[in-house]
Amino acid sequence: MTEPAELPAPAPQPNLETQPFWDATAEGRFLLKRCDTCGTVIWYPRFLCPDCHGTETSWFEASGRGTIYTFTIVRRGQGPYAGAAPYVAAYVTLDEGPTILTNIVGCPPEQVEIGQPVEVVWHDTGEGSALYRFRPVG
Amino acid sequence: MSIKGQIAIVGAAETSELGRIPQLSALGLHADAAVNAIRDCGIDKAEIDGVASAGQSPVAVAKHLGITPTWVDGTSVGGCSFMLHVRHAAAAIAAGMCEVVLVTHGESGRSRVGNGAWSPDLQSLNGQFEVPYGPTGPPTMFPIGVLRYMKETGLTAEQLATVAVVQRQWAAQNPRAMMRDPITVEDVLASRMIAYPMHLLECCLVTDGGGALLVTSAERARSMDLTSPPVYVLGTGESCETPMVSQMEDFTTSKAFRVSGAKAFAESGIGHADVDHLMIYDAFAHLPIYGLEDLGFVGRGEAAAFIGEGNTAPGGSLPLNTNGGGLSYTHTGMYGMFAIQESVRQLRGTAAAQVPGVEVSVAHGVGGMFGASGTLVLTNQAQ
Ligand SMILES: [Zn+2]
Repeated sequence: MTEPAELPAPAPQPNLETQPFWDATAEGRFLLKRCDTCGTVIWYPRFLCPDCHGTETSWFEASGRGTIYTFTIVRRGQGPYAGAAPYVAAYVTLDEGPTILTNIVGCPPEQVEIGQPVEVVWHDTGEGSALYRFRPVG
Repeated sequence: MSIKGQIAIVGAAETSELGRIPQLSALGLHADAAVNAIRDCGIDKAEIDGVASAGQSPVAVAKHLGITPTWVDGTSVGGCSFMLHVRHAAAAIAAGMCEVVLVTHGESGRSRVGNGAWSPDLQSLNGQFEVPYGPTGPPTMFPIGVLRYMKETGLTAEQLATVAVVQRQWAAQNPRAMMRDPITVEDVLASRMIAYPMHLLECCLVTDGGGALLVTSAERARSMDLTSPPVYVLGTGESCETPMVSQMEDFTTSKAFRVSGAKAFAESGIGHADVDHLMIYDAFAHLPIYGLEDLGFVGRGEAAAFIGEGNTAPGGSLPLNTNGGGLSYTHTGMYGMFAIQESVRQLRGTAAAQVPGVEVSVAHGVGGMFGASGTLVLTNQAQ
């Protein structure tokens, strides 16, 4: 389900609130939470709904599809990303609503455009999780 | 209850030097600025009973300076923290908790002496949902929204570059500014690309320095033997939006800016036409654009043309970032203190690039990456 990374894939350090999210990434599933009380789709994962403060929330599997909202091209990476530039850091608005930070892969940085439809790809961190990245579709 | 006109800034100074100050630690820079502000005010240290600081703890600052406060504020929400300190100090003074508050900033941003290491907690939200994707701190994360702003409003690369060009015109008149040589739009666009669409000359400097303020009641100020006339606080605002820039409500406008600005204007009772001088924290060239719009000086998408027409330049109708700003004057890391210092100088009539007849100045700050905001409306007219 996951494929080898073309960018570094440093492993995030989950906590108990986020562990189910990161565990699912290892299976190539993008989980979101929905508030059982008011229906708000919640991103980033947390134990309560930011709108109504309800604590009854349910995980559901997102489509993995979205649209590029905006982006930048990093010219000099740091840490694990030293030597990885140029690469695209982007905000992708998921079909389910939330906008998240990610990378756009699978196409040259200069071909990335606002409004492009994208789909998730998974890059294994080697530590029981995978990073969600997105590639253009169509 | 309103503090309008009831509170005054009676001492203001920066560190003796700006730029490279490897001989002083970050805490030492707080102390250097504090001593200069105390001297500027002419007050005895023993009269200071409130201490507020960010970056270094007010506990450390108070101990370093031999002050025993009855009121302490360590609000640390980024570079606008000092706007919030003035606001909190105003409330505390009005409530009788303390009488004279020292607000300090010092940062060894360039030399990194005793400045603390910046490394995100990998289990934090930023650590889990931003850091793994390789953003390289503010130079990458702050400008990501700019491209969206360009797409929605038609802002051009040339217009964005003009922000840096105009601020350099101000800096050219300021001997303390780090960068004073005139630049053109072509120079900006030819400078190294840091993170598309941001060029080197559209990013702030990285320097050592600090600044300090003394805040008291207008009543107390009248009985003090001051070296400079008081600068009165007309209105203040503060707000915050998100600890993760990637979770902004709309990346082309700052909610924290809008809320903080509206609060300060409402409290002051002034209109935008009453503002003679404006400081907008410019960590990057797009911030003055966002600030002009979010504070309500111009409409949505109009800021770049407003700047391009020369309104914010020397001789313009709304002089903006007259010290040269974070882009050309100095930027230690938490620049908000320097924006307040320049507002105070303009209201005292002592700025290097003095604007004639300034009676009302607004100093507006950003904290983190659109994480927080603070706004001060200041005047030299007793209320
Ligand atoms: Zn809810």
